[in-house]
Amino acid sequence: MWRFAGKRALAAVLVLFAISVLVFLIFFATPGSDPAARIAGRNASQETLDQVRASFGFDRPIWIQYGLMMRHLFIDRDLTSFVNRGAQVIPQVTQAIPVTLSLVFGAALIWVLLALVMGVWATAARGTAIDPIILILGVIGVSLPVFWLGEVVNLITQSRLHDSIFAWVPPLGYVPLSDGVGPWALHLLFPWLTLAVLYAGIYARVLRSEMVQSMNEDYVRMARAKGIGETRVLLRHSLRTSLISVVTLFGLDFGALIGGAALLTEVVFGLQGVGKLTYDSLTNFDLPVILACVLYASFFVVFANFLVDLLYAWLDPRVRSV
Amino acid sequence: MTTLDSERTQVTSTPTAGPWRTAWRDLRRNKVAMGSLVVLVLVILVCIAAPLYASAIAHTDAFTSNVNGTITINGQTISVLETSSEGLGLGVNPIGPTWTNQYFLGADNQGRDVAARILYGGRNSLVIGFTSALLCCFLAGIVGIVSGFFGKGVDAVLSRGLDVLWAFPVYLLAICLSIVLINSTIAVGPVRLTSGSLWLPILIIGIIYVPYVARPVRGQVISLREREFVQAAIGSGAPDLRLLRREILPNVLPTLIVFLPLMTAINMLTEAALSFLSIGVQPPDASWGTIVNDGVGLLYTRPWVAIAPGIMLAITAVALNLLGDGVRESLDPKAKLRGAA
Amino acid sequence: MSESTTTTPLLEVRDLRVSFKSRAGTVNAVDGVSFSVGAGETLGIVGESGSGKSVSMLAVLGLIDNPNCVIEGEALFKGRDLLTMGDDELRAIRGADIAMIFQDPMTALTPVYTAGWHISEQIRAHEKVSKKAALDRAVQLLTAVGIPNAAERVNSYPHEFSGGMRQRVVIAMALSCQPSLLIADEPTTALDVTIQAQILELLKSLQGEFGSSIILITHDMGVVSQMSDRVNVMYGGRLAEAGPRRDVLRNPLHPYTWGLMASIPPTDGSRVARLSAIPGAPISPGDPDRDHCLFSPRCTFASDACRPQPALVEHSQAHFDACVLPFEQRPELRRQMTAVEEVAP
Repeated sequence: MWRFAGKRALAAVLVLFAISVLVFLIFFATPGSDPAARIAGRNASQETLDQVRASFGFDRPIWIQYGLMMRHLFIDRDLTSFVNRGAQVIPQVTQAIPVTLSLVFGAALIWVLLALVMGVWATAARGTAIDPIILILGVIGVSLPVFWLGEVVNLITQSRLHDSIFAWVPPLGYVPLSDGVGPWALHLLFPWLTLAVLYAGIYARVLRSEMVQSMNEDYVRMARAKGIGETRVLLRHSLRTSLISVVTLFGLDFGALIGGAALLTEVVFGLQGVGKLTYDSLTNFDLPVILACVLYASFFVVFANFLVDLLYAWLDPRVRSV
Repeated sequence: MTTLDSERTQVTSTPTAGPWRTAWRDLRRNKVAMGSLVVLVLVILVCIAAPLYASAIAHTDAFTSNVNGTITINGQTISVLETSSEGLGLGVNPIGPTWTNQYFLGADNQGRDVAARILYGGRNSLVIGFTSALLCCFLAGIVGIVSGFFGKGVDAVLSRGLDVLWAFPVYLLAICLSIVLINSTIAVGPVRLTSGSLWLPILIIGIIYVPYVARPVRGQVISLREREFVQAAIGSGAPDLRLLRREILPNVLPTLIVFLPLMTAINMLTEAALSFLSIGVQPPDASWGTIVNDGVGLLYTRPWVAIAPGIMLAITAVALNLLGDGVRESLDPKAKLRGAA
Repeated sequence: MSESTTTTPLLEVRDLRVSFKSRAGTVNAVDGVSFSVGAGETLGIVGESGSGKSVSMLAVLGLIDNPNCVIEGEALFKGRDLLTMGDDELRAIRGADIAMIFQDPMTALTPVYTAGWHISEQIRAHEKVSKKAALDRAVQLLTAVGIPNAAERVNSYPHEFSGGMRQRVVIAMALSCQPSLLIADEPTTALDVTIQAQILELLKSLQGEFGSSIILITHDMGVVSQMSDRVNVMYGGRLAEAGPRRDVLRNPLHPYTWGLMASIPPTDGSRVARLSAIPGAPISPGDPDRDHCLFSPRCTFASDACRPQPALVEHSQAHFDACVLPFEQRPELRRQMTAVEEVAP
C-alpha cells in the first residue's frame, strides 16, 4: 500500500509542477502584450513598470522568469498585488479559505444526503412511476445554471418574499463561525442549498445508474438466494459496491470545490471566499492574485486526485493487490 | 455441422437490421427522448427566427441602445427607460414585460427589447455550445484513438498531457484562457481571430473538455485492441490504417455520438458562466449568459431580464440531457445485451 | 410422474410453465415440466443452453427479477407450494432449507466483503446467533469443504481465492444452514476439468454428511454420469427423457439423449475420428409454433408423427421419454445414428 501511495505522490508533484508551468505560460508567454504591464496593472507609472521588470526578470530567459515568479510566490512570499495598492497576495488567499470551506462542507453534506436518498429510492422504485420522477428532478438539477439559480433564490428570499415567508433570511454575506453557529449557518443556508442542487442531481443519477446495474449482477442474485431481505440486498450489497465509483467522483468534485470551483455561487451570494477572490482579481485583471488563486486551486485538485486514488484502493480490495 | 436431410433442418433467423438502424428505431420508441428532440428543434427554430421576430413582430433592433425610446400601449405613450434610485443601484428603471408583441419581456438597462435579444442570444449560445461539443468530440476521438491504439510512448505523452489539462480546474482554465485571449488578437498563419470572435469561446470550451471525452475513448480503444477479432486482423497482416478504419472507428463512433448531446449541454452552461462573468461572448454580441449578466443589475426591479434567459438555458439543457440519455440507451451495446439475457 | 416412489418427495414440481412477455412475442422458457426429488436423492438435469433447466429452478425459488415473467404450475416443497407462498415465507426457506449455487463463483460473491462475512451473513439471516458464533461456524464450514488454513482464509476476499477454492467457499456458504435441498446450477462449468472432479467429489461427500438432496443442473452428460441417482433430459423447455441414471445412460431412449451421449469424448482410450455434434441449432424459444416434438427439426428420424407433441410415456421402471419412435427399435436406431455420424464427411 505504501509503494502505491508513494508512486501516486510523486505523480501528483509532477503534475503540480506542470500546472504551474502551464499557468505561467498562459499569462506570461502568450503573444500580444507586455507581461510587466499586466502585473503592474492598468495605469502604472514608468517607475513601477521598471521595478516590476527587474523584480520578475522579464528581460531574462523565460525559465528564469518562471523561477523568479515561483520564488516571489513561495519563498519570499512577498508577492503583492499592484492593483490593490500593494496588498499582500498570500494573506488575501488564506483569509478567503475559511469562507470557501464553510460553503463547501455544508453543501457537500446536504448534497450527499440528498443524492443517497434519491439514488437508493430510485433504485428501489425502478419500474414504477417514482423512478423517472426522481431522474427528471436530477436532470433539472444538473441543467439549471448555478449562477442563475442563485440569483433567482436571492430574488425570492431577499426581495419578493422577504417581507413574508423569508423575513428571517439575513442579507447577503458571510459571518464567521466565531460569531456563532446560528448566524453562520443562516447566512450560508441558501448558498448551501443552491450549490447542493446541482451536485445532488449529478450524484443521484450516477448512483442510481450504478446501483441499477449492480442489481443485475450475479452477487445480488446470490444474496437473494441466500434468503437476504430486499432492503439489505439494496443497501449492503448494491449500494456498497456502487459507492466505490461514486465516492471517488465525490473526492474529485470536493477537491475542485475547495479550490474555488464554487466561484459563481460565492459571487452571487456575496461570500468572500477563494472563488470570489479569483473572480474579483479577474475583473480587476490583478495578475499576481490570479496566479496565486489558480495555483491554490490546482493544488487542491491534484491533492484530491491523490487522496481519491488512495481511497479507491481502500474501498475496493481488488485494487490493492495490483 | 453435417445434416443428413437439409430440408428438415430448421434455420431460424430473422433478418437483422444494421446497428444504426436498430439504434434509431429504439430511439424513436423512447418517448422521452423524442419529446426532448422536439423541444430542441422548437428552440432552435425559434432562435433561428430571431431576425424575423425582431423586425416583423417586435419592430425593434435588438442591438441598438434605445435609451430615449418610447412605445405606445393602449393609447398611452410610455418612455422605455426611466431614471430611478431603486433596485440594485444602476439608476435606471426600464419598462417591464408588456406581454404584447413589443417589449414582450420588457426592456433591459439600455432600453433594448429583451425578448428579441433572447432569441438572438440563443443563436450564439446554441452555436457555441454545439460547435464546441463537436470540436471536443472530434479532438477527443483523435487523441483517444491515437493514444489507445498506438500505445507506448505516444500514449504516455498524450495521457500525461490529458492528466495535466484535466487537473487544471476546468472553469479556471477556461477563465484564464479567456481573460488572456479576450483582450488580444491571435494571428496564426492565415487565421486571424479578433477579440470579439465567437471562435474564441468555441475553441477554449472545446479544448478544455477534451480529457473528459478522450479518457473513455482511449479506454475503449485499448479494450478493443485486446479483443480477439483485432488480434486476428493484426495477425493477418492488415495494415494499421485499414484496421483503424474498419475495426476501431465503427466502435468508437457510437461512443462519441453519445457524448455529443451531453457535451453540448455542458458546454452551453460553461459558455453561459463565462459570459455571465463578462469573459465569454463580448458585446455587441449577446448570449443567454450575457443577458443574465445584464439582468443582475435589474434583478429586484425587472427580474424577467435575468430569469428568462436562465429558463431557456434550463429547458435546452434538460432536453439535451434527456436526449443524450436516450441516445446512450439506444447505442450502448451493453444495454442491449442485458436485455437479451 | 412420481408414482414409483412411495414416500412423499421432498420437492415435487407439477406442470411448471415459465414464460416471458417481450416486444417480439412470448418466450416459453419452461413449457410444462414435472418431476420430483426425494430425500437424499441427487437429480441431474441435463440440457443445452436455452433448454430451460436453469430458469425452472430460478422460477421455483422466486429468483426471477423480471416483471414480464409469468410462472404457472406448482412446486411443492415439503408439501407447501413455493409458487404461491408469500415473500417472507419464501425468503425464510431460501438459503436455509433450499440453497442454490451458481456457475461463476467469482461473480457470485460481493467483492467487497470477506468469505467469512458472506457465510456469516447467511447464517445470521436465518438463525439468531452472534457474529462471533457465526464466524466460528464459517471457519468450520471452510474446513469441511477442504480449504486449508480456514481460520486465516475466512478473512480473505473473494478475489484472493483461486477458482476452485472460491466455489468451495460458495458451497460452504450454501450448506451453512444445513439445507434439505441444494440446487447446483452448472457448478463446475467455469472450472478446470481437474477441479471439476474435486468439486463433484466434495458435493457427494457433503451430501453423505448432511443428508441433503441435490439438483445438479448441467449441460455435460459426463458430470451427470458421475453423480446422479436420476436424470432428467430437457430440450426446448420440455422433458425429453427422465429416469434412473443407469437406465438413461445405458439405454437412452430419446434421440436427443443419443446425441448428448455421442458427444462425450470416450474415456476408455479409443480414439474417434471426429466428435459428433448434434446437427442444427437449439430451438429458438420465441418461435410460437410449438405443437410438435421440439427436437424433430434436428432429428434424423423425424416424421409427421412427431406432430403434435408426443406425451411423456413410461417404458420401464420410472424411465420415461417423449418420443413416438417404436420402443423396441430404439437400440437399432441409435446404432444407425451413431454409425451414420462416423461415415458422413
